[in-house]
Amino acid sequence: MTTTDASGEEGFTEHFEALLAADERIEPRDWMPDGYRRMVLRQVAQHAHSEIIGMQPEGAWLTRAPSLHRKASLLAKVQDEAGHGLYLYSAAETLGVSRAELLDALHGGTQRYAATFNHPALTWADTGAIAWLTDGAAVVNQVPLCHTSYGPYARAMRRVCQEEAFHVRQGYDVLWSLCRGTPEQQEMAQDAVNRWWLPAVALMFGPPDTTAGGADDRTAAMGAAVSRRSMAWGIKRHTNDELRQRFVDNCVPQAERLGVTLPDPAIRWNEERGHYDFGPIDWRLFREALADNSQCARQRLAHRVAAHEDGAWVREAVDAYAAGRYEEGQSA
Amino acid sequence: MTVSRTGERTRDVAAYALRLGDDALVLSQRLCAWVTNAPTIEEDLAISNIALDLLGHARTLLAYSGELDGTGRSDDDLAYGRTERQFRNALLVELDNGDFAVTIARQLVYAQYGLLLCTALAGAGDAGLAGFGARAAKELEYHRMHAAQWTVRLGRGTAESHRRMQAGLDRVWPYAGELFEADELVERLDADGTAVAPARLRADWEREVAGVLADAGLTVPAPSWHATGGRSGLHTEAFGPLLAEFQSVRRQYPGGNW
Repeated sequence: MTTTDASGEEGFTEHFEALLAADERIEPRDWMPDGYRRMVLRQVAQHAHSEIIGMQPEGAWLTRAPSLHRKASLLAKVQDEAGHGLYLYSAAETLGVSRAELLDALHGGTQRYAATFNHPALTWADTGAIAWLTDGAAVVNQVPLCHTSYGPYARAMRRVCQEEAFHVRQGYDVLWSLCRGTPEQQEMAQDAVNRWWLPAVALMFGPPDTTAGGADDRTAAMGAAVSRRSMAWGIKRHTNDELRQRFVDNCVPQAERLGVTLPDPAIRWNEERGHYDFGPIDWRLFREALADNSQCARQRLAHRVAAHEDGAWVREAVDAYAAGRYEEGQSA
Repeated sequence: MTVSRTGERTRDVAAYALRLGDDALVLSQRLCAWVTNAPTIEEDLAISNIALDLLGHARTLLAYSGELDGTGRSDDDLAYGRTERQFRNALLVELDNGDFAVTIARQLVYAQYGLLLCTALAGAGDAGLAGFGARAAKELEYHRMHAAQWTVRLGRGTAESHRRMQAGLDRVWPYAGELFEADELVERLDADGTAVAPARLRADWEREVAGVLADAGLTVPAPSWHATGGRSGLHTEAFGPLLAEFQSVRRQYPGGNW
């Protein structure tokens, strides 16, 4: 790679584009455009933060799980999420930022996490609905990401996906038991599905990026521009709206088998399209609802910040201990 | 051996397994409250992993106890169907989590005890306890390493971490002795080799933890009092809220399917 233009990038750009064209992975030591680095970092960091914040709504039910089997499953699931956070922070670190910087960005609100988790988990059934719907949406998003163009992210996704698929089944199984329990349990299951359906459909897939997503033309055009860039770089493989449709198609027959009603009267099979139709998402209304719900968003972040600040003395001790060991090693 | 002796011994093993099962169950419950609150993500993961191991121990032991005590109660029946006074855990495991140092001190006390006990149980005459001991000892070895490594890091970290770690040890030490208490039940089971009297393990436990504390530059506490009562169902006031939270959902939905 010797050809460079005045900016020193020409030959590098060709090489980068050639790797993408050949559907090969971009690795940390490869040259990459700043925009690509920023876009991958933004996505991986948001994903990592979502895993960590996503532990909260379910983690809050660990002490109240209604059977020892469910308690063990939930512990294993929340533990997996911590593990996913670690894989993803490691992937993000290959782009030249430290975990401490990433956590500061989360705590300071300059990097985001999936707003889905800004909904409160009010009953035990929510642990089932979150795992079935939110993790179910995550799997739909993440399966294509196993082939995303940035190598460390793709490899992290392969490990994450296997566990996520299991979580979906766990959540389905929690709801399955409730739906076959007492009328009060069935009611609890339906209520949880009512509250988690729209957050999963809307927020796990991001804003509409085609007019099919129920957006006005201007919103869809903005979303489409971002998606086009991301897809040209091989970061994303499908539009948000394609993935959203895939998720709805997965869920409808599962809900029928469970015996719960998805809270969207417009859901019906469309023979012509070969997909389920579903009601348009009123994004404006949804954003307002989220704003109303910002009490929970503040609580999620405050919980995270408090854990981090309460643990500062522990991390300082680890650093001091490691430095002391290093000095001992030097003088030995 | 007469039939009545066999019956008595079976009931004794059931009562013994219940004590150990309750220890693991209650400590697991306390550790669950750390998840999402730990100082690092690695510790969220480690603590949830330890809690999961302990929950596994509790399930094995409670199911075994219910099978032997003649009532046919499941692990869930025993965990969710009993009231405060019917739990037989040592008071150590129900102590509030405190800060990270208190939790690590409690883990050091418990994991070292549990490791010695399960290693000894692996050779016990009761096949159920022996099988449990052999499996659990492997996991408790990791729990002990985790606690010992943190004790040393905090003891030799900063002045603040040293102070907190010593305070954590001072907080939990009065509760350690109860783990090794002798009573008629454990003496009967120990006498014919069916199970192990924890009093036998005390000297080894003291030597092992003293070694960790020496590495950490910390002082072995010399408490002026010792807690007792858990084995006969006399708990601390912290236990009621712990159990209420633990059982709340299942009790809200009588006859539920989980």
